Amino acid sequence: MDIDFAFETFMALVGAVPLTIQLAVSAIFLGAFVAFGLAMMRLSGILPLALLARFYVFVFRGTPLLVQIFLIYYGLGQFPAVRHSFLWPLLREPYACAVLSLMLNTAAYSSEIIRGGLLSVPPGQVEAARAVGMPRLMILRRVILPLAIRQALPAYGNEMMSMVKATSLASIITLMEVTGVAARIISETYRVIEVFVVAGAIYLALNFTLSRLVLWAERALSPDKRRPASAAVPIAAATPASTGDA
Amino acid sequence: MSARPDLFQLIGFGPEGWGAALITGAGMTLVIASSGFLIGAVIGVLGAWAKIKGNRWVRALADGYTTILRGVPDLLVIYLFYFGGSMLITATARLLGVEGFVGLPGVLAGAMAVGVTSGAQHTEVFRGAFGAVSPGEIEAAHACGMNRWVRLRRIIAPLTLRHALPGLGNVWQVVLKESALVSVTGVVELLRQTQIAAGSTRLPFDFFMIAAVLFLAISSVSGLVLYVAERRFSRSARRP
Repeated sequence: MDIDFAFETFMALVGAVPLTIQLAVSAIFLGAFVAFGLAMMRLSGILPLALLARFYVFVFRGTPLLVQIFLIYYGLGQFPAVRHSFLWPLLREPYACAVLSLMLNTAAYSSEIIRGGLLSVPPGQVEAARAVGMPRLMILRRVILPLAIRQALPAYGNEMMSMVKATSLASIITLMEVTGVAARIISETYRVIEVFVVAGAIYLALNFTLSRLVLWAERALSPDKRRPASAAVPIAAATPASTGDA
Repeated sequence: MSARPDLFQLIGFGPEGWGAALITGAGMTLVIASSGFLIGAVIGVLGAWAKIKGNRWVRALADGYTTILRGVPDLLVIYLFYFGGSMLITATARLLGVEGFVGLPGVLAGAMAVGVTSGAQHTEVFRGAFGAVSPGEIEAAHACGMNRWVRLRRIIAPLTLRHALPGLGNVWQVVLKESALVSVTGVVELLRQTQIAAGSTRLPFDFFMIAAVLFLAISSVSGLVLYVAERRFSRSARRP
């Protein structure tokens, strides 16, 4: 392995990291809203809405992401109505198409995760909140969402990490993010191993950071699982309420 | 686009139709996906074995493999195998006196890349499934005087496979979708074939839609097969 070449490659690839992060963050952020909407549709109890959400999830999870990207980037331009609409300046851009398809794709996977989280909230907790007279939105905000998010976080973390990896497909529609730059260097120099090692290390570092952030969020959201700050407090001094949880 | 050709004529089997080409492409997708899945399964069994029974170094090796392959984009791994494999072959050919660039067939590189990436998922599936086999059953096999090989063949393998089946179904679905990425190396599988058709007919939406429908059909049918298999192999474990 040639250290000078590896360093050069590293500098070239690091320049592309912002685009990778930008793609991942915007897709995950926008996708979360769509996913929440889909989860709500499935749990709404209204059959047409629930079926529609199920169909969406079935289609987006059953087809390769690359097909979805091609459908949006190449496919939509086939229709004159799209080409003449006000959206065309946006849909012509590979960046917007990549974000759109990544977002729609992650929404399908995340909606199932969110649905699982919402279903995991014990009905008793909601009942208790209703019993103390909380209005519906407050129950959602104070009781359901914190519990559901805590439950869904590990799986959602995995989904976010696979999204970071999925941004690599944007290189196929000419976006020069990390994989795009790596592919260019490989085809120029034919030095596959060095480029693979450097690019792989960058993705691993990104995903490692992300996994730490998720772990940190998990800890922050579960104060009940945390060890009490002062473990040496004698039992007699503890209040009855806190011993009840142990 | 004045006279829009009839869709059924386009995907039919006539002289103007792409039907035969699309079916061949779908066949190639199945070949890549299933050979990748099998390669991955072999790696997965070895990986799970290394993680469960290996000494510290073997375990560290297996952990490193799964961590790296699950953290790196599949597309990079495909590039590694396609370009790396070609380089290796070219270098070997030069040693044997053949000059010039010799390419590794894309199908081979693709199947290997898909196999190596899915091997990481297979490893975790098999490891989890082995963990679900109750120690009592293995102990009972010991007590009956079964030797290592008989124990593995009659007790451990069938029970592990039963627990692994749902996980293997998930891995298969991932592998099927991942095989579409092999199209970047020029292998004419389903997605590459629809790209060619989309280019020559100037109907990208129609053809990518057809690709999506065919992928959905393949994944639904294989999902159904897996569901039936799961029910069959867990018959004895089902609650009445």
